[in-house]
Amino acid sequence: MSIQAEIHAATGDFSIHAAFDAPTGSCTAVVGPNGAGKSTLVHALAGLIPLREGRIVLAGEVVDDPAHGIQTPPDRRPIALHSQHNLLFPHLSVVDNVAFGPRCAGLAARPARQSAEEWLSRVGLADLAELRPAQLSGGQAQRVGLARAAACEPNVLLLDESLASLDAETRTDVRHLLADIETTRVLITHDPVETRVLADQLLVMEKGEIVQTGTPEEVAADPRTPWTAGLLDINLLTGTAAGTEVTLEGGLALTTATPMTGPVLVTFSPAAVTLSTVEPHTSARNTWEAEVARIQPESDRVRVLLGAPVPCQAWVTPQAVGDLGLRAGSRCWAALKATELTVREA
Amino acid sequence: MTDRATPKDPNRRPPIAIVAMAIIAVAVLALPLVGLLQRTPWSTLGTRLGETATLEALRVSVVVSLLAAAVSMVLGMPLAWVLARLTFRGRALVRAVVLLPMVLPPVVGGIALFFALGRKGLVGRALQNWFGVDTLIGTTAGAVIAAAFVSMPFFVITAEAGLRQLDPRLESAASTLGAGRWTVLRRITLPLLAPSLAAGATLSWARALGEFGATITFAGNHPGRTRTLPLAIAQANEAGQPEAAIAMSVLLIGVSLLILIGLRHRWIAPRTSHPDTSSETSPS
Repeated sequence: MSIQAEIHAATGDFSIHAAFDAPTGSCTAVVGPNGAGKSTLVHALAGLIPLREGRIVLAGEVVDDPAHGIQTPPDRRPIALHSQHNLLFPHLSVVDNVAFGPRCAGLAARPARQSAEEWLSRVGLADLAELRPAQLSGGQAQRVGLARAAACEPNVLLLDESLASLDAETRTDVRHLLADIETTRVLITHDPVETRVLADQLLVMEKGEIVQTGTPEEVAADPRTPWTAGLLDINLLTGTAAGTEVTLEGGLALTTATPMTGPVLVTFSPAAVTLSTVEPHTSARNTWEAEVARIQPESDRVRVLLGAPVPCQAWVTPQAVGDLGLRAGSRCWAALKATELTVREA
Repeated sequence: MTDRATPKDPNRRPPIAIVAMAIIAVAVLALPLVGLLQRTPWSTLGTRLGETATLEALRVSVVVSLLAAAVSMVLGMPLAWVLARLTFRGRALVRAVVLLPMVLPPVVGGIALFFALGRKGLVGRALQNWFGVDTLIGTTAGAVIAAAFVSMPFFVITAEAGLRQLDPRLESAASTLGAGRWTVLRRITLPLLAPSLAAGATLSWARALGEFGATITFAGNHPGRTRTLPLAIAQANEAGQPEAAIAMSVLLIGVSLLILIGLRHRWIAPRTSHPDTSSETSPS
């Protein structure tokens, strides 16, 4: 375990109570509405907020244990934090910002600079090395901040909304970068795709507490709160595009409205899927026969989880479940319009 | 930049009364200088400034004012940090006491110093008993103390303002990247504060250079030890040597003007120091 945390902390009159573990090299996504305490959690891990009670062990080292008077300052924890406010040092050039961590770790100026340049090129900003932070756009500054934290090569990389103000294309690059980093990562995100693709474990926070933990698939299949459902109610499939045809991993090909090539992520809403008992003849470009994996009634609708060949979810009305005779293990036909699919580079 | 970019409305003339008052204000401030410069013996200025007494006063002034500025920085920096960063009972009172020398007549400061640090004063006796310091009165050290007394507040308020403008999250960010306290101070806090510290140091030095009342009251008027340029000017004027007084005055005016011109962006008309973070200049 790279992270074992039991956190009871407070800032002002807001307090959080959260406990979780994360294995070495894993990526934990923290999601939740604004004001849920996500940043407070990450700041407690970083040592910026003292614990009232609890215990934090990072990479085998007890860094917080108020009962035994242990409170390691941030600079002596095996962490690096990238804050949502970026907080680049305005008096240092971009490359000196990124070299800051390696320098603090005791590297000489030249190798620190080399490492900083490598990280800058990994986030695609090698040409901006000599600029000042004030000359960067918001998205560029975020990538520099991310490179600055990653350049510390910490045991635990803490990312407070690292992907917030990036455009779609840059997001893909940064998502790849985050996926490639092998260190233990804790990241706060609001992006459903990032959550699904990057996270090994999801922590859903609301009002200062962790309300649900699990893999993204587990949480998406059974969201405990409306907010979680809102974030994760999105079907996500991976495949390979050739023009407007995407071949999924299971072998089925979906027709999309957007021509692309290479590996892609396909997303669509559960509301876009229609179910029927016989093979439909409709304008929908995509139809397939599926097995019902699970039926899950919610307040005003029913969530139907479909199994192979396209694992996804559909929302239907309770009446439709009765009319179609849907139950776990039964078979049905699914239809999906090509225009309902969002395709993006994987 | 913003002011100049605003287009002027040609139909609206500036209110005459306000402009007239402003001209009178400038006259009140500038006419004495004009009067002085008009009486300046320009032809003999060089010789007068080269006289031994003048050079001696200049030397004392430079030594005393630089030492006073150094004392102000060394003691004033931690004080500014405490005032800006710590919350404690009585902080408002401490700040008031610290700023008092800025509004107090310097002669009052001099008398206060005399009764505290003089031979019979509370601290003066302790200095004599414990450290064998005979007396500070009449010594250059005394003149430095008097000058530091009046000049330190200028450094403290400037440094404190700088510290308050500094985003403490930058220092936390540095610590989460592995920087210990001293590294944060050396590589983040001090470099970001440098402009404020330079401005504060220059201001307190300038104030020490012009110091008169506290010095003459506490440290006395001894050539070569405590007689700074302002003291020498007063001395010359009273001794019926107005031309010598004028020459030294012109010297001080020149130095003061140079300081103000050097500081014009920091103290007199601060420019907005927060650069626009938009992407206009980014090359991507």
